[in-house]
Amino acid sequence: MTPFPLLAAAMLSLSAPIAGPAAGQMTSSAPLANTQLADAQQEASAQALMEELRCLTCQSQSIADSNAPMAGDMRHQVRSRIAAGESPEQVRAWLVERYGDYVSYRPGLDSATWPLFALPVLFLLVAGAILFRRLGRRGE
Amino acid sequence: MKKLWLIIPLMLFALFLGVAAYQLTQPRDTLVRSTMIGKPLPAFDLPGATDDAPRVASGMFADGQPRLLNVWATWCVPCIAEAPQLEELAKRGVPIVGIAIRDEPEAIAQFLEQYGDPYAAIARDDIAEVQLALGSSGVPETFVIDGKGIIRHQHIGDIRESDVDEIYAKWEAAK
Repeated sequence: MTPFPLLAAAMLSLSAPIAGPAAGQMTSSAPLANTQLADAQQEASAQALMEELRCLTCQSQSIADSNAPMAGDMRHQVRSRIAAGESPEQVRAWLVERYGDYVSYRPGLDSATWPLFALPVLFLLVAGAILFRRLGRRGE
Repeated sequence: MKKLWLIIPLMLFALFLGVAAYQLTQPRDTLVRSTMIGKPLPAFDLPGATDDAPRVASGMFADGQPRLLNVWATWCVPCIAEAPQLEELAKRGVPIVGIAIRDEPEAIAQFLEQYGDPYAAIARDDIAEVQLALGSSGVPETFVIDGKGIIRHQHIGDIRESDVDEIYAKWEAAK
């Protein structure tokens, strides 16, 4: 979540017409791009997933944060799939199958990402060991 | 010996700075490649370029004939730049199916009149559902689909003159 979602949305809607070359692609016309699901629980899980998916045309934003037409079309996919009964992880997997891990902001555990999870644990253990030795020595 | 141990964090930090500085001098690759290469074309059934044109469906691809699938749009400027190259590929006998993203029948007709029509068929994808199913992240992009309907190659961005031979070769190889 951005700290100022309303401000960000206002700035985006102001900048979008200047950035786009023509009228055709300005906004997504997908029905669920900007319409919430009627079921509050489904909408909440769709929203949580949208925060973790990368907008492919504006690569540093999530699709929840972006006004790009493609982000709108991706939100439609997320909402319609969740409304159809898919779990958020199934929807994420559908996108990762097409675009690779890059599309998701939540890295999975695999041969390339394991240090991401292992190193903090290792650092904690090392720090713990050092602390233990120092404090232990003091106690003697 | 003890002093050496103390400078290890500093060395690690210097190493980190070095890697960061090196990466900053490298050109950034922002292309998001499809991971659908080698997989079957996703099933789709889209309206044609105009409301009375026949629908365009994924079933037409698995007929033994390799094709190009060109994801484009009339509002996309590089798509104008690649129009002559698509024309050249069509002239060499490559069937090209277009998918127009978030487009209008009138705009499509005008574009084809102005920049030429290399397409065997054009589908309209108003909500980019097929584009997303393909793992395509922008326009224009061109996929080579073999005669069994398997995606064999993805070209991201407009097709330049220097790309024509390569794409023709990929199409030939998909036979």
